[in-house]
Amino acid sequence: MPNYTLNVNGQQRQVTVDEDTPLLWVLRDELDLVGTKFGCGIAQCGACTVHIDGVAMRSCQMQVSILDGTKITTIEGLSTDGKHPVQEAWETIDVPQCGYCQAGQIMTASAFLAENKNPTEEEIRNAMHGNICRCAAYNRIEKAVKLASKNL
Amino acid sequence: MKLHKKDNFSRRNFLKTSVLASGGMLIGFNFLTACKPEAKMPVDIANLNFNDFNAYIKISEEGFVTIFSPNPEIGQGVKTSMPMIIAEELDVAWQNVTVAQADLDTKNFKRQVAGGSQSIRSSWSVLREAGATAKQMLMQAAANKWQVDISTLKVANGIITNNNGDTLGYGDVVKEAALLEVPEKVTLKELKDFTIIGKDAVNVDLHKIVTGQPLYGLDYKAEGMVYATVLRPPAFGQELVSFDATAAKKVTGVIDVITIGEKVRDFKKSGEKNWSFNLSSSDKVVVIAKNTWAAIKGKKAIKAKWKTITALESTEKHEEVLNGILNDTKGKVRREDGNVAKAFTNADKVIEKTYSAPFLPHNCMEPMNFYANITKEKVHLVGPIQTPEAAANVVGKMFGFAQDKIHLEMTRMGGGFGRRLYGDFVFEVAEIANKIQKPVKLISTREDDMTTGIYRPSTKYKISAALKDGKVLGYHLKEASINGNMYGSIAHFFPAGCIPNYKVETGNYKSNVTTGAWRAPYTNFLAFAEQTFFDELATELNTDPIQLRLNLLENIDSKKDKRIQYSGKRTKDVIELVREKGNWGKVAAGIYQGFAAYYSHNTHVAEIADIEIKNGLPVIKKVTVAVDCGIVVNPTGAKNQVEGGVLDGIGHAMYANFSLKDGKPTYKNFDTYRLIRMNETPKVEVYFVENNLKPTGLGEPGLPPAGGAVANAINAALGKRLYSQPFIKDLKKQTILG
Ligand code: FES
Ligand code: FES
Repeated sequence: MPNYTLNVNGQQRQVTVDEDTPLLWVLRDELDLVGTKFGCGIAQCGACTVHIDGVAMRSCQMQVSILDGTKITTIEGLSTDGKHPVQEAWETIDVPQCGYCQAGQIMTASAFLAENKNPTEEEIRNAMHGNICRCAAYNRIEKAVKLASKNL
Repeated sequence: MKLHKKDNFSRRNFLKTSVLASGGMLIGFNFLTACKPEAKMPVDIANLNFNDFNAYIKISEEGFVTIFSPNPEIGQGVKTSMPMIIAEELDVAWQNVTVAQADLDTKNFKRQVAGGSQSIRSSWSVLREAGATAKQMLMQAAANKWQVDISTLKVANGIITNNNGDTLGYGDVVKEAALLEVPEKVTLKELKDFTIIGKDAVNVDLHKIVTGQPLYGLDYKAEGMVYATVLRPPAFGQELVSFDATAAKKVTGVIDVITIGEKVRDFKKSGEKNWSFNLSSSDKVVVIAKNTWAAIKGKKAIKAKWKTITALESTEKHEEVLNGILNDTKGKVRREDGNVAKAFTNADKVIEKTYSAPFLPHNCMEPMNFYANITKEKVHLVGPIQTPEAAANVVGKMFGFAQDKIHLEMTRMGGGFGRRLYGDFVFEVAEIANKIQKPVKLISTREDDMTTGIYRPSTKYKISAALKDGKVLGYHLKEASINGNMYGSIAHFFPAGCIPNYKVETGNYKSNVTTGAWRAPYTNFLAFAEQTFFDELATELNTDPIQLRLNLLENIDSKKDKRIQYSGKRTKDVIELVREKGNWGKVAAGIYQGFAAYYSHNTHVAEIADIEIKNGLPVIKKVTVAVDCGIVVNPTGAKNQVEGGVLDGIGHAMYANFSLKDGKPTYKNFDTYRLIRMNETPKVEVYFVENNLKPTGLGEPGLPPAGGAVANAINAALGKRLYSQPFIKDLKKQTILG
């Protein structure tokens, strides 16, 4: 099996996995970073969202072999103290119900806000529409993104 | 022993205290046994082990309080709200309380179930008494120390104060308190003195969730654990004949390919039954691998042959049989008042409508998974399950283990919606673990979950009304459903008692497709049918739809009919509150409104949907909700539940399509199966009726009226009545918002 060196949350990590292994399973099974979630496996739900060089991407559809030289950030590395403005907004608004989709929601929101500091309601709704929340905590997700944009 | 009278029931029987080795005090109680008068009590209370309880309060010598929440958390917030009730009566500051999940730890009289929105309702009194008992014992210990009467003491935030102004913290007296007799009588707080209940408390796992810490079953790992995927029959009605695993075994990381099924057949043969056991007798092929990806790839590489055992069913077939039940058979009568036949013969006009709903998968965001390790001596199970007791029970019987050899740990659940009431994946992983004698985790893909599910069955309702002199004189509801019918109590929901000639009957078709409870069972669709039917009646009678409901409810509370489930007053209260808050009839031009009200799971709810039309299509802007769930324990959590329920109801009513062809589900993943997304969601505004009544559930009641309110608004805007779900199919449009 091939060897890969990945830059995850600022650390160089070595893994030995099959080349078609999606980043999602490398993170979860090999690197013990289980904050990134599995929801659909076909890039439809956003539960597995991570940042690749700052851009929100679906890790379930991203083969480990193409990630050389990129910077990968997962929910565990979004902030060192768990106090990224998006995480804080999520806590203030008390967003989660079951909570399972929320890491993906936060990763999408944080990458979006890094690009668009002062989004309109419509922009937020469109930016977040790729992330399914089965519990439908959408009203609060929207409020939290708005709040985070003010605190960034 | 059966207990019937509440008087027989002493606090000593459900509560026990002890001194902890670390110096603190542990109070154990059995919260659901305690509130169920028919529950079996242990024979010898004095010899009970602490494992016999399912909820605990731990108070350390430093005064820290840990509450072990007894109920599995599926996202409905009980892991926060239940401890709040204990903390309130215990009189400690909420920020000093830590909440942990209590595991299911053997012995057969325990009961931990999350489902049916009953958690809060059934445990309210017990949780309060447990907290109050602990407080009283701590106060008694302080009174003994100071040699004063307990009645002279005051408590706030875990600090006891006497008349001289001396203080003792709970931690200072735990040792003594733990040795005291459990008091027979305790005084509960007056509702006006509540300081925790009624105030917002954020989800206790909040910080862990937003920082991605391991919480869910899928996140659980153990030393030496392997991963398993299960290939099940692709169609309902089929069984495995043979398979070729050559290619699968070549996949890097695949360890072995085995079959399971024998233990399931043995269990069935033994005549044992358990309602959470819902497995087919077919053999299944299991891929064991070093990691998840290898297990998924390995499963895809299996070549299997299947044979058809029972007829393969399709959606067309279900349509036909359900219509047959509605039109050509006599149903089972669930309630009949007056003379329905006569009312219809004498009517000025008869209205009759038929409503249809498809099968629905649950689609919990976290796919089904479970961990098992079975050795010669014991069983260790870890994962997300709403019915741990039933699961442990079946596993014990399947593999010959006494209940005290089974340890089941519950993880947080990535959604339940009824799916995790059934333990199929627990029994499968147990059989795998038993066979390979290694710790193993079963993982399902989304496709597994969607195509081998336990579905909300397709259901149809035919509703007829007999109108005479501008009044509804007769009402006839017929249900045709699959593998089950509405719960008995539902026949006594609104409009039972409001219409003099009233009849509810049900008919059933047995299918080989597995079906089960889905958030707000039966009412999730029945409420839509009824509430759009009443809207249509209002148009017919030239009455405002809200006024029509209020008129019908006029005399219901004076009827001495014990079977009636809902309260006329509480229904009117929510209707009037939503009429005011939702600005019924007073909205800007271009906004169209629809109304619906429904009672379910002991909670009364009324909703108004505001929509507008853009490019000829409905856009849902806002839903105003009024809820009477008694005392609101945790407002932020309660609102979250209601918001979610409403949006879930709208999402499934609008978009969720599902069908079967030749026994196979035709939808497999979120590329074709449509769930509501953020840019399709309206704002939800929630208002609670304020009263001092016992709290009732919130996980489900927001959902049932939502579809009806939206359908009625769509009719107001487009003049088009909807009779089937999903609405987008009924509206013959593929997208609402592009
Ligand atoms: S798991 Fe990757 S998008 Fe759903
Ligand atoms: S909070 Fe449950 S899926 Fe989003």
